[in-house]
Amino acid sequence: MTITLELPASKSSFNPKDIIAARVAEEVRSGMLVNLGIGLPSRVAGFLAGVEDVFFQAENGVIGLGARPPEGMEDPFLTDAGGGFVSAVPGAASIDSAISFALIRGGHLDMTVLGGLEVDSDGRLANWTVPGKMVPGMGGAMDLVAGARRVVVAMTHTAKGKPKIKETCSLPLTALRRVDLIVTEMAVIEPSDAGLILREVGPGQTVETVLAATDASLLIDEEPPEMSLRLLPIGIAKESPAP
Amino acid sequence: MKNALKPEAAAALIADGATVMIGGFMGVGSPHRLIDALVDRAPKNLTIIANDTAQPGVGIGKLITAGIVQTLITSHIGLNPETQAKMISGEIAVELSPQGTLVERIRAGGSGLGGVLTQTGLGTPVEDGKQIIAINGVDYLLETPLRADFALIAANEADYVGNLNYALTAHNFNPIMALAADTVIAEAQTIVPVGVIPPDGVKTPGVLVSHVLERAA
Repeated sequence: MTITLELPASKSSFNPKDIIAARVAEEVRSGMLVNLGIGLPSRVAGFLAGVEDVFFQAENGVIGLGARPPEGMEDPFLTDAGGGFVSAVPGAASIDSAISFALIRGGHLDMTVLGGLEVDSDGRLANWTVPGKMVPGMGGAMDLVAGARRVVVAMTHTAKGKPKIKETCSLPLTALRRVDLIVTEMAVIEPSDAGLILREVGPGQTVETVLAATDASLLIDEEPPEMSLRLLPIGIAKESPAP
Repeated sequence: MKNALKPEAAAALIADGATVMIGGFMGVGSPHRLIDALVDRAPKNLTIIANDTAQPGVGIGKLITAGIVQTLITSHIGLNPETQAKMISGEIAVELSPQGTLVERIRAGGSGLGGVLTQTGLGTPVEDGKQIIAINGVDYLLETPLRADFALIAANEADYVGNLNYALTAHNFNPIMALAADTVIAEAQTIVPVGVIPPDGVKTPGVLVSHVLERAA
């Protein structure tokens, strides 16, 4: 097995989802209990480095989610919230759905990372339905947004060229609660009482390019720095079989 | 001591129009032999309370395909296009409840509580038609309890008196649903003599279990 690092010529040519996941990984601190949504947020686990005693919760009933087992070695009674096979790390605990959501609503879950369809200028998230097109049900999303101590939205900045950060959401909200941080490939934005604060810009981005791709007012205290992507090169390491 | 029930005998208990809770999360921890027996018997117009409807051909998805579900109370149908199509066509009346709210409504129904106050769902379509109650100046949504005629639950081990334990993520809604139905039927991976599950290992006490499904062939 050889490990090769794929380092693009410039940071702006990184895969947007890797940029988002690597930046969100910086938010994970040692000792946290974290719930990662399925899809893009689940990539965050692959970018962690330099943190200890982090447990991942899957709301279907495990604290201490681990990597997918080798092909053919899966346990049919150990899956994540997307129904995919996982393992459990040392120190893991299995719990029922009542305890699982007590952790989520009761202030025991330090952070959740969720995908987003839209976020409004008050930092409120819409991510569970597109009426008439997609009616999947909210699953655990509403509990996670209403209850987690810290809510981080991990999403691409636009969808088909259209801004996802908007003055007002056109889609039904997931919760009234203001999320704590929005991380896209173009920006890190912190919702506050005063409005959406542009904290960082993505690789190759400027305040102007971010504003042009955003359909809400952004507050800019000082020239925002470029996003820290300390963890990115590790995360895109590709394993390939030895020749 | 419980009598071991055959799957077809268990399904025969469930009449047309019954309300049935079924454990499982995307088919993991669902009572698959009981579901198959229910599909074979095909009672009409069931109300199903379950976290999700899995996928077509898997677990509760089989009941959707069989056309025996009239009403569904659930948190997620996103991975079952058939449920979504039947919801849109009006064949199945679907009530969507947030997952944490759904499990607490069941727990309330099984625990003699009059409801649940939660912030989950405030400011969303979930609050439509529901009472908002302020406690110490904080708004909560009043969610009502759920009970059923039957709970069909899946366990890891059952002993002869119906004590149950569960495996890993196959707990999910099962231990909670065991509280909330008039008749509780448990399908276990294995059946063991009394004492094999130590008192500290019992997650659902046998007093809650009406019937244990006979061992798999």
